[in-house]
Amino acid sequence: MLIMGLMSPAGQRTGSPRGASFMKIIVPIKQVPDAVEVRIKEAADTLNTDGVPQMLNPFDLFAVEAAIQLKEEKGGEVVIMTMGPPQANAAILKALAMGGDRAIHLLDPAFEGADSWSTAIVLAEQIRKMEYDLIICGRQSMDWDLGQVGAELAELLDLPQITGVRHLEITEDGKHVITHRVTEDGYEVVKARMPVLLTATKGLNEPRLPNIMGIMKAKKKPLETIDAATLGLDATQIGRNGALSKTVRVFPPEKRKGGIKLEDVEPKEAAKQLVEFLAKKGAI
Amino acid sequence: MSEHKGVWVYCETDESRLKRVALELVTTARDLADKLGEEVVAVLIGNDIERHAEGLIWQGADKVLVVNDEILAKYTTDAYSKALANLIEAHKPSILLLGATTNGRDLAPRVAAKLKLGLTADCTGLELNDKKQLLQIRPAFSGKVMVELVSPESRPQMTTVRPNVFKPAEPDDSRTGDIEHVKMQMSPDDIRTEILEKVKEVVEGMISVDEAEVVVCSGRGIKEPENLKLPEELAKLLDAAVGGSRPIVDLGWLPPTQQVGQSGRTILPNLYFALGISGAVQHTAGIRGASLIVAVNKDPDAPIFELSDFGIVGDLFEVLPEIIAEIKRVQSER
Repeated sequence: MLIMGLMSPAGQRTGSPRGASFMKIIVPIKQVPDAVEVRIKEAADTLNTDGVPQMLNPFDLFAVEAAIQLKEEKGGEVVIMTMGPPQANAAILKALAMGGDRAIHLLDPAFEGADSWSTAIVLAEQIRKMEYDLIICGRQSMDWDLGQVGAELAELLDLPQITGVRHLEITEDGKHVITHRVTEDGYEVVKARMPVLLTATKGLNEPRLPNIMGIMKAKKKPLETIDAATLGLDATQIGRNGALSKTVRVFPPEKRKGGIKLEDVEPKEAAKQLVEFLAKKGAI
Repeated sequence: MSEHKGVWVYCETDESRLKRVALELVTTARDLADKLGEEVVAVLIGNDIERHAEGLIWQGADKVLVVNDEILAKYTTDAYSKALANLIEAHKPSILLLGATTNGRDLAPRVAAKLKLGLTADCTGLELNDKKQLLQIRPAFSGKVMVELVSPESRPQMTTVRPNVFKPAEPDDSRTGDIEHVKMQMSPDDIRTEILEKVKEVVEGMISVDEAEVVVCSGRGIKEPENLKLPEELAKLLDAAVGGSRPIVDLGWLPPTQQVGQSGRTILPNLYFALGISGAVQHTAGIRGASLIVAVNKDPDAPIFELSDFGIVGDLFEVLPEIIAEIKRVQSER
């Protein structure tokens, strides 16, 4: 099957031999630091994420859950994929414990320091070798909040994209997705023929918590580790070297100073002082 | 890279209506272009949109590129990214700004990947460094840190900018500029997604938190959905929008369109009321631009008091009725 995937043009749907309803789904995930614990290193202008607890990016949970639900309904395979350091293994195990079938860990010191572009090219290079009907990403990662890798990956694979999906169904013929895509004032109903790349957002589902059985099984599920050389990527294209966007400086946000604060003042008197203040400022 | 010239703004329209963020970004682009000695070019892509071109010149554009086609009546990633990428390749700008809206953040990475460009999303600050590179400044890690980024190699330097961060300048109707219509080969076969329906979830008669001068926002301290009557009454007196923090929107007490904060809307009102809101960073990230912040909270140590201009420590249900009564009294005397 892998050979077949290699020979097919990117974006070709090739998973049909086992019937129209058998779905091959790839879910790219990311491990992120828990933002609550992140601190800036004093005088170093760099982020200190050493020792900060890591977690599977919350938006990716919606993507993993959506993929597992489709597999349970239609049959198929869910492949979890991540590009990340060795400790990202914990995020992979979580997604496998939820119900992913197998995983691919794109692991190479040369991948470090990547921006969204040099992440997307690595993911794309691996995905080009695979068969799939759907790629489901999280809408954005909770650390950088850029939300760019999904669309960049779709472009590199020449796939249609639907970002910010909070409802997903497969048409009866098994060939199309119908989604609700979140907009500023509601949502739009968008249809596309598979293969397609979706980014999942809040509201799509309630991600399950892995149970003990799932956690036990996860450790035995197939996990492939692939480095840059295997992908045929050279060091200038990837990680920090391949990044088109570079971080120059990290600094704490400007503090807004507090003003008047009334404590132990009768509500009526406090209200009077507030309204006087607002009138003087021309705010009411 | 020196052949790349011009500060471009992708001026987003939604069903032919120009988004306010376009005016904000043309103002910002004007400032950058003056420092660089370059032109401001506004880009309009859509259907029935030429009528916005003159206003964009008044706002500060030297030139407007218009791609008008029926096929562009609704935003689709495929058609819009093709149109924008073609324009960039033909004209080679040095900077491209887009609003960090739902569609802006769908379009920008697609175009960036087509042309192999660096990209930063949702910037809240833009500056030029001594090499005249665009410094793209944005919060990360839920607003705990600010990060400055550059795209040293690729041109245009591309970024999406958070709406309601920059204030649009007063339009100057004596300004003149060129309007250029660009014909583009577009076929329905280029578009691989089909929009079957657009559904509006905005509640009828509810003022949007994005556009209101005054926003009355409630948090967990409101306790029960019925209690929202109080902030609603205050909002009515002040023609204000009714907003909510994430917990009360998650509970379904207010629609998601009214959510203020990191995962909701960033707003820039003249006056902001934080009622029963403790002031977690995720919330305050969305209100830092407010001119005046008023907070009422029973916890004297609530972080909201660190940024409020006028804070009252007290029981919301005792204080708020008094505020309403006092405003009524003052208004009746006018």
